[in-house]
Amino acid sequence: MAHAKQKIISANDLLDGDVVYLDGNGNWTRLIRDAAVAETSDAADALNAAANQPQKVIGPYLIDVALNAAGIPIPNHYRERIRDHGPTVRADLDRRRERIFEA
Amino acid sequence: MYRYDEFDDAFVRDRVSRFRGQVARRIEGALTEEEFKPLRLQNGLYLQLHAYMLRVAIPYGTLNGAQMRQLAAIAERWDRGYGHFTTRQNIQFNWPKLGDVPDMLDRLAEEGMHAIQTSGNCIRNVTADHFAGAAADEVEDPRPTAELLRQWSTDHPEFAFLPRKFKIAVTGSPNDRAVIKSHDIGLRVRRSDAGEIGYEVIIGGGLGRTPMVGQVLRSFLPKADLLPYVEAILRVFNLHGRRDNKYKARLKILVHETGIENVRGEVEAEFARQMTTVGGPKVLPDPAEVERIASYFAPPVFEDLPEGAKRYEIARRADSVLRAWADTNLSEHRQPGYAIATISLKRPGEAPGDASAAQMRVLADLAEAYGHDELRISHEQNVVLPHVRREDLPEIHGILKRHGLATANAGLIGDIIACPGMDYCALATARSIPVAQNIARHFADPKYAQTIGEMRIKISGCINACGHHHVGTIGILGLEKAGRENYQITLGGDHTEAMTIGQRAGPGFDYDEVVPAIERLIEAYLVLREGAEETFLMAFRRLGAAPFKAALYPADDKSRAA
Repeated sequence: MAHAKQKIISANDLLDGDVVYLDGNGNWTRLIRDAAVAETSDAADALNAAANQPQKVIGPYLIDVALNAAGIPIPNHYRERIRDHGPTVRADLDRRRERIFEA
Repeated sequence: MYRYDEFDDAFVRDRVSRFRGQVARRIEGALTEEEFKPLRLQNGLYLQLHAYMLRVAIPYGTLNGAQMRQLAAIAERWDRGYGHFTTRQNIQFNWPKLGDVPDMLDRLAEEGMHAIQTSGNCIRNVTADHFAGAAADEVEDPRPTAELLRQWSTDHPEFAFLPRKFKIAVTGSPNDRAVIKSHDIGLRVRRSDAGEIGYEVIIGGGLGRTPMVGQVLRSFLPKADLLPYVEAILRVFNLHGRRDNKYKARLKILVHETGIENVRGEVEAEFARQMTTVGGPKVLPDPAEVERIASYFAPPVFEDLPEGAKRYEIARRADSVLRAWADTNLSEHRQPGYAIATISLKRPGEAPGDASAAQMRVLADLAEAYGHDELRISHEQNVVLPHVRREDLPEIHGILKRHGLATANAGLIGDIIACPGMDYCALATARSIPVAQNIARHFADPKYAQTIGEMRIKISGCINACGHHHVGTIGILGLEKAGRENYQITLGGDHTEAMTIGQRAGPGFDYDEVVPAIERLIEAYLVLREGAEETFLMAFRRLGAAPFKAALYPADDKSRAA
């Protein structure tokens, strides 16, 4: 069952603008499945602090997620799902093509 | 068309060189994002939802074959093989990498293009009628005026940090195809009673969250007074425009809050002050320079052709597909034997305004082979061949067909304006492109579209209204409601010289409900109209909103009771 306060951090990569997520090691990943999930406000604060990497990313912010049955964070808001998936209007731009996982 | 002289070329290349250094310093860490952001925006570089976006200026929507080919090359080398033509006659590349942008700008400069002042609180790329220089109803080509304004406004130090962005549009025809009444300044070339050419000056128009129809500031401005007068408007705006609230900072708000009479008084006083300055107004251009600019827009050397084109007429009679395209996509040219051809970028199922690099090259080839090397981008997100011989239309149409560019829907229900929406834009609250795609697919039958007749559907993915929804016959505004995309429908908008802001019909619709809602509106119109010659807009004006609202919100739809 989804936890009301589950959050991850997203940003855009400085060099190519790609949507990225902060993982548990303080690195940035393009795979939302590898994003570190904060379950408490303290953990979210810690993620925020770790995301302060202005030479790597632009505009990091927390987003609300819920874990699916496979434990993968799925954004609650459709805007963040579109950010994760890529434009919905051309199959060749779908970021999920680059990944091998079932949401 | 205008060609860069040595000054223009050096200026643009110097700007690219400076930006190259700024990008390098950002990547090295010498510049923070806060420091870098205004610099990149001044060079047309945004950060969007998934990637950076480079907005390239196409001044007054005019470009030649070599320029279009260069855009294609850039799309292939540094982007993903396509570009998006916008409602301000620009092109956007949606996937550039930061480190590549200076190289992209260098390539643009090779063909006299740039991305300067396509963003930021400055005077933006000046737009114009896309039929300029070709339209049969034209008083004078508006592009020399637009080019003069471009040169005057480029890097203008006094107007680099305005309260908010500032948009100017120019038309040379009484039939407004440049939406001038939705701009901060709209200029309409006209003749005075004495036959002198000058401008009607309209100010304070705008769409966005507070739509306003521009008002006449001066019914006739002599041509020579243009720059000091426009400068006076900018000075009044710069002084009194609100800087405390970005949503109240546009000229339209100043005009609305203080009244057109007060603004007129201020502008006329400032204009008079400039004209009586010792030594004369500092921005009165040298007539020789005005002449030089105008010479670049001299009409092509047209052939002396008969009105009818025999070969074309035979082909037209024999080919119903060519006939359907000609009936919708051709406009009257001032020169006998010629036509203006609108090339629709609205093939059902495609994103409005998108063109692949291959299609751009076809357009470049067509311009060079058949169109006096001229192309135009329309604010309706189509491409125009402004000067083609009617005799050549069968060949042109055949080439367009082979490349997916012969969609016969200009001005019809499938010719939809749509902003990038949430598929690309960081500001969007909902998607707009797939809504346009769904509508275009639903109404893809050309016969049904012809039966419906003239129809302007315009879709914006947020309240900023880049998709001009306020002035659509049917406008669609994508918002968020309770965590879902929700689409408000407006009716009766008009983007022409009789500009009207559409009326909101009622509660919004879920994404999947939009197409059925549009279908109900169309069915109602077809029943209500007095004949095929009465367009949707005419029927709406005759009948009012009530019967259309009744169609949109049927009584048995309890879930939607407002």
